[in-house]
This record gives sequence, structure tokens and C-alpha cells, in this order.
Amino acid sequence: MTGELTGTAGLVRLALRRDRWLVPAWVGLFAAMAAFSASATIDLYPDQASRIEAANTINSSASVVALYGPIYDPTSLGALSITKLTAVYAALMSILMVMLVVRHTRAEEEAGRLELVGAGVVGRAAPLAAALLMVGGVSCLLGLLSAAALMGAGLPVGGSFLFGAGWTATGLCFAAVAAVAAQATTGGRAANGWGFMVIALAYMARAIGDLAEAGPGWLSWLSPIGWNQQIRAFAGDRWSVLVLPLAATALLVPAAFALRRRRDLGSGLLADRPGPAVGRLSSSFGLAWRLQRPMLLAWTAGSAVMALMMGAIAHNVAGLLNSPGMAKIIQQLGGAQGLTDAFLAAELGLVGTIIAAYGISAVTRLRTEESAGHTEAVLATAAARIGWATSHWLLALAGVAWLLLVAGVATGLGHALAVGDSSQVLPITVAALTRIPAAWVLVGLVVTVWGVWPHATAGVWGAYAAFIFVGEFGQLWGVPRWAMDFSPFAHSPVLPGPDAELSGIVWLTLIAGALLAGGSAAFRHRDLAG
Amino acid sequence: MVGLVKTFGRTKALNELNLSVAQGEVHGFLGPNGAGKTTTLRLLLGLLRADAGSIRVLGGEPWRDAVDLHRRLAYVPGDVALWPTLTGGEVIDLLGRLRGGLEPQRRASLIERFELDPTKKCRAYSKGNRQKVALVAALASDVELLLLDEPTSGLDPLMEAQFRQYVNEVRGDGHTVLLSSHILSEVEALCDRVSIIRDGAVVESGTMAELRHLARTTVTAELATMPEGLAKLPGVHEVVVQGQRITASVEPSGMAQLMAALGAGGVTAVTSAPPTLEELFLRHYQKAQP
Repeated sequence: MTGELTGTAGLVRLALRRDRWLVPAWVGLFAAMAAFSASATIDLYPDQASRIEAANTINSSASVVALYGPIYDPTSLGALSITKLTAVYAALMSILMVMLVVRHTRAEEEAGRLELVGAGVVGRAAPLAAALLMVGGVSCLLGLLSAAALMGAGLPVGGSFLFGAGWTATGLCFAAVAAVAAQATTGGRAANGWGFMVIALAYMARAIGDLAEAGPGWLSWLSPIGWNQQIRAFAGDRWSVLVLPLAATALLVPAAFALRRRRDLGSGLLADRPGPAVGRLSSSFGLAWRLQRPMLLAWTAGSAVMALMMGAIAHNVAGLLNSPGMAKIIQQLGGAQGLTDAFLAAELGLVGTIIAAYGISAVTRLRTEESAGHTEAVLATAAARIGWATSHWLLALAGVAWLLLVAGVATGLGHALAVGDSSQVLPITVAALTRIPAAWVLVGLVVTVWGVWPHATAGVWGAYAAFIFVGEFGQLWGVPRWAMDFSPFAHSPVLPGPDAELSGIVWLTLIAGALLAGGSAAFRHRDLAG
Repeated sequence: MVGLVKTFGRTKALNELNLSVAQGEVHGFLGPNGAGKTTTLRLLLGLLRADAGSIRVLGGEPWRDAVDLHRRLAYVPGDVALWPTLTGGEVIDLLGRLRGGLEPQRRASLIERFELDPTKKCRAYSKGNRQKVALVAALASDVELLLLDEPTSGLDPLMEAQFRQYVNEVRGDGHTVLLSSHILSEVEALCDRVSIIRDGAVVESGTMAELRHLARTTVTAELATMPEGLAKLPGVHEVVVQGQRITASVEPSGMAQLMAALGAGGVTAVTSAPPTLEELFLRHYQKAQP
């Protein structure tokens, strides 16, 4: 047989061999998340009354609903347990699936390894098929394990399986999105970017849909993450909703194969055009800017849109609260304005955390340039080591500051337009800017790890994830205060609001500076590492 | 460089390596894969730091004076990695300016000479074209020292010839070239002096003539009468007699006596082949094998 799919089985084995540590670690982490989440909820809310109270508190807090989605059945222990799992963790899990698909398709092609593979007895569509089979398998395994984890914690069997099936279907859906993106773009980075963009849009669409009970609830129905919530595991168990993500997958996968059939190896939908014969770049800084610019532009657009929408819905928060018990809390927070402020502060905190990811990925260029051999070419000229390293981290710092400025202004504008009060722009922008130092600390952390132990640079993503987990789950798991204080995000001032603690800004900036200086000095004294 | 040692984990990449390159010479640096050629060049660039030993490049210490030295030298890496989203022309200009400027005329003539299309994105270049970009970027600056790590790998024979011609042109201008290679004909054609590296140490260094002097010449002769005891002459080895024809490999010290003996035997024809670099090289590496 010499069909387009010849050799698929061998490529699946290759993919599993390459990811034999990565995939079990990720799948295990997510399944453990599900197990912890369920058992902690059961311990924390032992009786029906306390669960209903917790669910009502979540449902009446707009910022929590925007983050996690509402709880559809306040009496259900299962629904309360999976609050954080259906939207936030579904999105994180989808990021993993996108990265896996791109890693085994476009990234391989870009690196030239598919040329080597394609010269063997391997069909044209086999690499794509192998990647999708592998990721499909990973999705199914993740669904089964997380269902088992929930059942193990003592939740009902039917709901547990439906929840797992939801994660599987969502994972498959975004794997299919990534498969299409990998055919359309010419670089692994761009393909990942498209995939992440779709996840972000899906997440935001459902946030808006979930918030506006009377308004555009249909937005939730346009989003694969929204579908995952509408399955309503443990709160009605709507198995039929699973048709939506599976249908989307069934449409996108053939589209990816059709695109693959129509293009050459190495090409995307758009052909490369000739560029300038004479370059204008003349410094390490110019080069770093050139390399970081495309990603910064994309992030600028994304941050502006996201922040504008979040700002525009902030004032609805007070109106959405129909729970009688909330009146007291609203009073304590300083009335409706206090509640809007609290929502804006929570939203800016989220934006600051997301933009820190930009900082990490921008400054990680130091490592990717080094391992690609580009640094060798630059440093073999009269460019100084420190100057080269500094240009990359300075641009990462500036990029983070710029993105938070954009997000602050956009949030402020959205809010000001919605309430017709232009004086809101400045304080909200200032509030966004106070989130900069925490993100800088992560940039500094990357530089330090890279300077001392270059092969471990990517490990900072783990620290970043840990900071988020601790921030999200710390209280639920009873993590001690001192451990939660490791997260730089815990020290950003809670603005806008009446009594914010500002000293954190100074400390975070000093720590970031020390990390940057230490990492740069360490790099000066070490060998280049391949 | 004297007594250079560099270890990576448990691997000893360089083991007390000594190497000297005189100003104005084209120096060949020969060795098989993994012998330590690239490590040596990276040490000369200050990209790696030696564990022991001392290095002087153009009067400076490469680790400490890296930036100043790099203004006066250019490097072609063995593994050419270019930025996929930049064009070849942009990379050439960037690297040239980072070095402190390049000469536009020289750049233009090199691009023409190597038939390079500078408007293509680097990800679209073939291996040979990437190599050309790196070569043009290095050669377009007027520098004192060129460090070339297998500079012609991936080039077609025409471009290889262009490269040789270029090196021969700059040789007279006081340029120093350290050419790491395992293409022996290239080294033989270009280099004034040669160093052979094995397992992280230089095992042989000298001019081509000196190296040849250490090795045996192959002599083939046709004789009227075959004299007795040729094989017993000092410095004469591997004597093979086929009828009137004799072949032997001869050390320089044994040449005079052999010639006298052949003369006595009424020699009618004689050919003498000096050892090629390849023979020298193979001899060195075969010696290492048990």
C-alpha cells in the first residue's frame, strides 16, 4: 500500500517516543488537578447548606463568573468541585493540545526534519495524521483519567464521565484548530500563535456570554469552551451538547488534510515574497527589536481588544447581582462603585498575569537564539555579550510595560464609554501600570536561570504555572501564607480601590533589577551553550 | 595557544593543545570529526572559556578582550544558523555592521562572485546558499584574521574554486587565515602551514614541505638487472618486485643509497611520488589504531 497515510503508525511511535516524559507529566498534572479540586471541595463544604452558600457567592460575583463561569446547580457538590476545571483548566489543557499538534507538524517541517522523514516510505498526510492520532489519544486518556479522578474523590459516575468526555471533546476540537493553523502558516511559532488566539477568543466569548444573562448569552454558544460549560456535568448532564465540539472537529480535520494536499512541503497558504537585498539593521538592539516586534504587535492587538471588552462590561457587575445576601457585601465594599472597582482590580490582575507570559516568552529568546546558534554568529562580531543580552531583556521589560499601558487605557476607555465618564481612564490606567513590576520579576527570573543554567530556562514556565496555581488554589488547598507570598503577583497593589498597599511595587522592582543584574553577570562568565 | 584544556562534563574536548599561527599565513587546521577543531575556534573567539592554558589572538586575550578582537577578525561557523525571517542581504549587513562596518564594494563583488540572491529569506536558502551568506558576511569586512570552520561545506565545485581564488587573492595583503577543514585537497592547495589535531591535541605541525619530509616517498623504477638486497637498505620499506619493475616506499634518509643502488642496476625509468596530504593524514590516524 502506498497511500497518503503510509507510515502513520511509525510516526505515531516516534511522537510518543519524543514526548514520553512531557505527555505523562501534563496528563498527570491535569488529572491530579481534577482529583485535588474535587477532594478539597468535599472537605471544605461538608454539608448541603455550606455548598449552596458557596455556589451562590460564586454566581453573584461577576469577576468569578467571568473567570470560571457560573454554577448551574447550586445544590450539586460535583458542579461546585469542577468550577475551575470547566473553563480555565479546559483552556490550559487546550493550550497543551495545540502545542502538541504544532510540535509534531509545522515545527518539524520548519526544522527540516519532515524532509528527512518524508523521503522515507511515508505518505504526504501521514505526519499530520500521526500528530492528530497521538493528540486524540492523549485527549481520550486525559478524559478517562480525569473522570476516574473525580469518581475516586466520591463524585457520581455519570457526571464524572461526562466531565471527562467534555475535556476530551474540547481537546480534540482545539487539536483540529491547531492542525488547520499548522497548514496555513509557515512557522511553528505562528501556528501556535493562531491556536492560542482562538483559545483566547473562545475563552473571552464565553466570559461575556456568561456575564450577560439577559444579553449576548449566545456568545457562550459560539465558543468551544462555552460548550464545555454547557455540558453541565453534575448539573443536568447534557450529553447531547458534546455533539458541538465533535462536529467542529469533524469539519476542521478534513479541512486540514485538504490544505495539506494542496500545498508543498515547507510552504503555507501565503508564499514568501522577496525581501530587501540591503539590510538596515546595525546593532544587537535593532536585531532584538526586529525579532520581538511581530509577537509584540500581535499581543498589543489582543490585549487592547480583551481589555476594551472587559472594561465595557465592568459596570454591569453591580446590576447582575440579584442575590439578597450580597447587599451587605456590596455595602462593605463601598456600594456599587466599590464592587465595580473590585471587578476591575480582579480583571487587571488577570491581565497582568497574562501579560507576564508575554514577558517570559519574549525574554526566552535569549535562550532560543543561543541554542539555534544565532548568538554565536552575533558574538563572533564586535557585539558585546552584555549589550546583546541587555537588548533582549530591556525590550521584554518595555514590551510588558507597553502592553499593560495599552490594556489599562483600553480598559479605562471601555469603562468610560460604558458609563459616560471620561475621568475613569486615568485611574484605571494607573492601576494597570502598577501591575508591571510583578511581571518584570518573572522576566528577571528567566534571565537569572538562563544566565546560570541555560538548559533550564524553559523551567521558568513551571514557576509561572506554580504562581498561578498557588494564587488560584492556595486558599482552597490551605497552602501556608509564606508559600503563597513567593508569587510576585501576590504583591501587586489591588487597584482601583480605596486602600491599596503600594510598597509592593518598590520591592518587586528592586527584586526584578537584582535578578536581571545577577543573570546578566552570570552569562558574562559562562560558555555559550548549544 | 599553549597547553589548552577544555572539558565538557566528562568529555575532554581539548587536551593540552598547542597551536601557533604566524601573521600573514594561511594555516590549515586538519582533523576528523570530533577532534576538537570547532572547540578550538570557539575558544579563539572567546565564546568558550578554557579550563587551563593560555591563548593570545592578535595580541589580546580572547575571553577578556572579545569585543575589541572581534573588530579585527571575522568568523564563518561550521554550522551556519541564520534568522529564518531575515533576508540574506540583511544578515550580511547586520553581521558586518556589528563587526564595525563592511565595505559595500567588496560586499557587492562577493555577492556577484558567489552568485547569491540576497533578497531571499534565510529559511528559503539551501545549505550551500546559507554557507554563501555566512562567507560573504565574513569576507566583506576588511579584517586581519579570518577564522573559517569548514567554509566550503555544501558549496558546489565552482563556488569552491571561487573561494580558493579569493583566499589566494587576500593572502598577499597581510591577512591571516585559520582554515579548519577535513577536505585535504583544499588545505593542500591553499595552506602555507598545516596543523593536524587528534583527540584534542595537535600531533603534527609544519609547512607542507616539512610534513612531507617526515613521510616516505613512493619510488617506482624499471631496471635492467635486479640488484640483490634492496629491501635491506636502511630507510627503504615495502619493496615489491614484479619482473623488471620495483616499487618501494623510502624515507628521506634512505633516498641517496637507494638511488645509488638503482643506478648500479641500470635503471631505465624512475618515477617518484611525494606523499600527498591524504597519505600523511591517514598515516597519522591509522597509527592510532591498535
